[in-house]
This record gives sequence, C-alpha cells and structure tokens, in this order.
Amino acid sequence: MFELLGVPPQVLMGQLLLGLINGSFYAVLSLGLAVIFGLLNIINFAHGAQYMMGAFAAWMLLTYVGVGYWPALIVAPLVVGAIGIVLERLMLARLYHLDHLYGLLLTFGLALIIQGLFRNYYGISGLPYQIPASLSGGYNLGFMFLPTYRGWVVVASVIVCFATWFIIEKTKLGAYLRAATENPVLVGAFGINVPRMITLTYGFGVALAGFAGVLAAPIYSVNPNMGADLIIVVFAVVVIGGMGSIMGAILTGYGLGLVEGLTRVFYPEGSAVVIFVIMAIVLLFRPEGLFGRAG
Amino acid sequence: MIRNILIGTALATLAMNPALAQEINVKLGVLNDRSGVYADLSGEGSVIAAQMAVEDFKAADKGMKVEIISADHQNKPDIGSSIARKWYDEEGVNAILDVPTSSVALAVADITAEKNGVLINSGAGSTELTQGQCKPTTIHWTYDTAALANGTGKALTDAGGKKWFFITADYAFGQSLQENTAKVVEASGGEVVGNVDAPFPTTDFSSYLLQAQGSGADVIGLANAGGDTVNAIKQASEFGITQAGQKLAALLFFITDVQALGAQTAQGLSLTSAFYWDRNDATREWSKRFMERHGAEPTMVQAGVYSGTLQYLKAVEALGSAEDGKAVAAKMKESPFDDPLFGKGSIRGDGRAIHDMYLYEVKTPAESTGEWDLYKEVATISGEDAFLPMLEECDFTKQ
Repeated sequence: MFELLGVPPQVLMGQLLLGLINGSFYAVLSLGLAVIFGLLNIINFAHGAQYMMGAFAAWMLLTYVGVGYWPALIVAPLVVGAIGIVLERLMLARLYHLDHLYGLLLTFGLALIIQGLFRNYYGISGLPYQIPASLSGGYNLGFMFLPTYRGWVVVASVIVCFATWFIIEKTKLGAYLRAATENPVLVGAFGINVPRMITLTYGFGVALAGFAGVLAAPIYSVNPNMGADLIIVVFAVVVIGGMGSIMGAILTGYGLGLVEGLTRVFYPEGSAVVIFVIMAIVLLFRPEGLFGRAG
Repeated sequence: MIRNILIGTALATLAMNPALAQEINVKLGVLNDRSGVYADLSGEGSVIAAQMAVEDFKAADKGMKVEIISADHQNKPDIGSSIARKWYDEEGVNAILDVPTSSVALAVADITAEKNGVLINSGAGSTELTQGQCKPTTIHWTYDTAALANGTGKALTDAGGKKWFFITADYAFGQSLQENTAKVVEASGGEVVGNVDAPFPTTDFSSYLLQAQGSGADVIGLANAGGDTVNAIKQASEFGITQAGQKLAALLFFITDVQALGAQTAQGLSLTSAFYWDRNDATREWSKRFMERHGAEPTMVQAGVYSGTLQYLKAVEALGSAEDGKAVAAKMKESPFDDPLFGKGSIRGDGRAIHDMYLYEVKTPAESTGEWDLYKEVATISGEDAFLPMLEECDFTKQ
C-alpha cells in the first residue's frame, strides 16, 4: 500500500471527497457572482449576505410557516431572488453608467446593513436547522463515512451549475444575454427589453446565492455572519477563475475545494490562506485569471 | 450683589442637605463584544446584568450614585485599549466590567493597573489574568481555562475516555485551553494521541473531524468557542462520529450555543459552567427577572457580571469611595462572599474568585420540558479543585 508523505490513501481519498463537497459551495456561489459580473458588470459584494438570507429564509419557512426543506429549496431562492430584483430596480440600476467601484461600494454597504439587521433580531449564536429525514444517515465507502446529505450537496450543485452554464452558453436566451453585455443599444434595437433582462439576471444570480444558503443550513451554523466568512474566499475563487467566466467559476470552485481539502491534511494551519496564495500567484502570471479572456 | 445672593443660596442648600455633600459617585464601564461572535454570551445582556446589580444593591438608598456606560471592543485589543484609556482619563470611569476575549482582557488589565481602576473580568478565559500577568487591580470572576479543563477534561478521562484528540482554534485562547486540558488528561491517567490546529474561524470541520476519527481517540476535545464549536458539533453528528462511540468534549460551551445547536444535536454533551439559571431558587428568581428584560436566559458570563458588580459595590460602600482602585480591589478580597448566584466563595489574593464550578450534561429532547430546560447536573467541582493554585508573587494581600 503506497503512502503519500505519511498519509494513507484512504485518508487522502476521504479528504479529496470533502474538498469536493466544499468546492460545491464555492462553485455555486462563485457562479452567481460570475453571472452577475459577466452580464451586469456589478461586483456583487452583497452575495454573502444573500447566501445568509437563503439559509435564514429556510429557517423562517420551517419555524414560522412549517414548510420543510424540500419546498424551501425552491421557495427560499425565489424569495431571496425577488428581494435582489427589488434592490436592483431601486438602487443598482442607477449605477450602471458609473465605474465598477460604485456598485461594489453600494453592495458592500447593503451587505453590512442586512447582516446588522439580522444580528439585531436573531443574535449572533445561530439557529438550529436539522438535516431532512430523507437525507439523514450515510454510506460507508470503505475509506470514509459519507453522510447522505453531503452527497446530495455535490449532486445538487453539479446539476445547478451545469444547467446555468447550459442556459447561458447554449440557448437562445443565453445568446441574447451575452449580446446585451457586448452592445445593449443594438440588442435593444432588435426589440428585446434589455433592462428587464438585466434585472432578471441579477435576480437569478442572487437566487443562486440563496440556493447555496439553503444547502448550507443543515450542516453549517445558520448565523448572520455565515456569508461574511465565506464571501472573501468566493471572491478569490472568481478572481482565480477569471472575472465573468461561467465555466471558469465552476471549475475553479471545485478545483480550489480540492486544493483546500489537501491543505487540511498536510498543513491545516495554512488551509485558510492557501486560496489567497494561489490567487496571488495567478494574478502575477495570468492577471486575467485561469479561464478569463485577456484584454 | 447678584453674585453674593448666588453664593448664599448655594451655601444654604449645602447646609440643608448634608447627604448631598457625602454622595459617593461610581461610574462603571461594561466593555465587551456587542456585534461579533461573543455578542450573545456577553453583549447587552451583561449591561442589563450590571444594571440589575446596581438596582438590587439599592445603591441610591445608600447615598451612592452609580452610572453605567458601555462600549463595543470588537474583540480587538487595540480598540479595547483605547476605549479603556479614554474611560479612565476623560470619563472618570472607576471600574471596567466583563471584557471577553483574552487578548483584549489582558490589555485592559494592564491599563487598569496603570490608571488605578478595577477590572472585574467575567468573559475572558485565560488563566494569565491571575497567573503570569496578575495585577493588584484585576478580579477574575467567572471561569478560566484551567477550571474548564478540571471540569470537563477530568470528568471524561475518569469516565474512561483515556485517549484524547484535540481540534484547537489556532490562537492564544485555543492553545491555552488545549494545554490546560492536556495536563489534566495526563494527570488523570489519559494520553493525548494527536491534535490539529484549525484556523479561526472555520466553517467546515469535516476534514479535522475525520482526522480525529482516524486517530482512534476515545474523546475529541474541542478547544474552541462560539460558532466554531457549534459547527464542529453539528458536523460530528452528521459524520456519525458520536454515534460510533467517540465522545465530544466541548471545552467551552455556553447555553446560547446549546440553543444554536438545538437539543436534538447537543444532547448528551458534557460541559463545565459556573452558573446555570435552573440550579436553585435564587438563580431561578434572578434569571426570571433577567429573562423579562433581555428575552433570553443569562449565560454564566452575564451572571458573573452581576455578581462581580454586587461585590464591587459592597466594597465601595465600605470604603466610602471608588477613587482608589487598588484599595477597592483589596477590600473585595478581605471577606468571603455569599452570592445569590455563585454561592459561598472568596476572592483570592491574586484576584481569582474561588467558587464552585459544575459539570453538566445536555438533556435529551425527551428529558427537556421547555426551550431553556437544557442541563442536568452531573457533579459539583469545588473551587479549590477547579482553579489553579495561587502563585506566590501574585498574592497582593501580602504586599
């Protein structure tokens, strides 16, 4: 039996699988950011807060209305997406003609306000959310115990990522969207309602964050800061993948999850910084990101 | 002419109201985390606890005018230090209360000694406050990492958990908690089979938990706090670690954390606490009043702020002044206390408050009769067994 730097292969396999699971969250979140940046040119710093809102929406649906996990997986992203649409119409839409920085500052401010409001009402310790009964338990894979729920997270994220990529890159609707980012005036001249398309796109990107939040609720602490802790890493993922590249965001998300997983075995203290080290290296040698287009 | 009338009136008022001239002014500052990870276990609840102490002491009837102010140190030593300096220099604060986060507490303890105030610490865990960095003006009221280790660490080792693996928050508090617990485990005939330093904060503990699982340890010691502990316990249950027979030791665990986990996930956990609201009639009565004002049951940190403030006010009353912090702290150490929340105890020469600690187990959902009915008492650990012995050079009553 071979060993790699003193780590038995079973352990390595287990850690790689865990990395893939974390990568699933990175992929869904960075995908949402990439969609919003690619099509709206807005750096959506409120993404972490919207992810948190997804988890809270699931908790509220269960606690106040008695709606369980499965309906929440659909309803919560719709609610969060709808709130995103209102924000876009009321505020973001006024900033499109300005520099990226203004959108970033606005969404950053919004994130702080949203987190503050939730903290005020629900405290900081977090709220309990159980794994749905149909997904509890797990499988013994020989090298590790895989909780059913974690397996579901990987499957769900792969489906959502693939569907999003397919819509944007392979359908007529996606073609309109991409055309509208290149030349909104011309696309508008063909009779397509560009502002509405942009609004819906933002709503969709935000809904993706909400979806990731619902996925996270049963396994991570549901608290107002849960998104703030994650969003910086996700931004690094997007930068490494290349701002605005859909496939880049997805593949980098999964890839960096794996790298982080390995770091946790060989040098756990470094697992919080490894993604940023990679980001620095990528920026030095390929400033447009691994999958980004130069120029 | 008008000037003379004014002076005359002022003198007359003084003469008619002698009490006014002797009024003792006290200004207390509650310095803690109001927006971050420790906001629920200290925060506004600690301010309310301090106010309740002033009211219960009936300070106004005793000719004392007590004012309470508060601020957010954001768990950052530099911010905590500058607030403490401003409070002592410009706002006339006599004592600073609570101060969770050990790094901030140690910085504030230094400034307090320099400015001759009093620090009555409830929220921080480091034993350094009364050991290596002891100060004549520091009172450490509620708990410390040694007491936690002597509670949970010893109990689980004695119960057969001989092999320990630590998942440790990679900063001063986590390291100190691990070190204290490892000593207790080894002294009780156990051994430490491994450890992993997790960055602070961490969302996903699954990787560390699998390493702990693979180590063959009987007990996985969580030397972390707050959201980190909650995440780790949630995920240990998900990965079937507790179901497979390994025990989790949440070395620092507050009632607010149990709420965050839900009784379903938290059931069966052992924890050490200096206070639980449902322990006796006195704690129930006080906690009921606290609940009415705060909307949550008190944590041991908030209860500690109440009791510490009460003892402080007694000392100030006896001295007739709050000006000399060193004298007030010495007065507090003079006589033993019988506190409604912490029972009988005393404050040692090094400022360590010695009182009983309790080992609790989280009830199962079937045993629990209400939202806050969460703990059952397993053992009482006497103050002498819970805390570290006093260092000779830290006995300020002999200096």
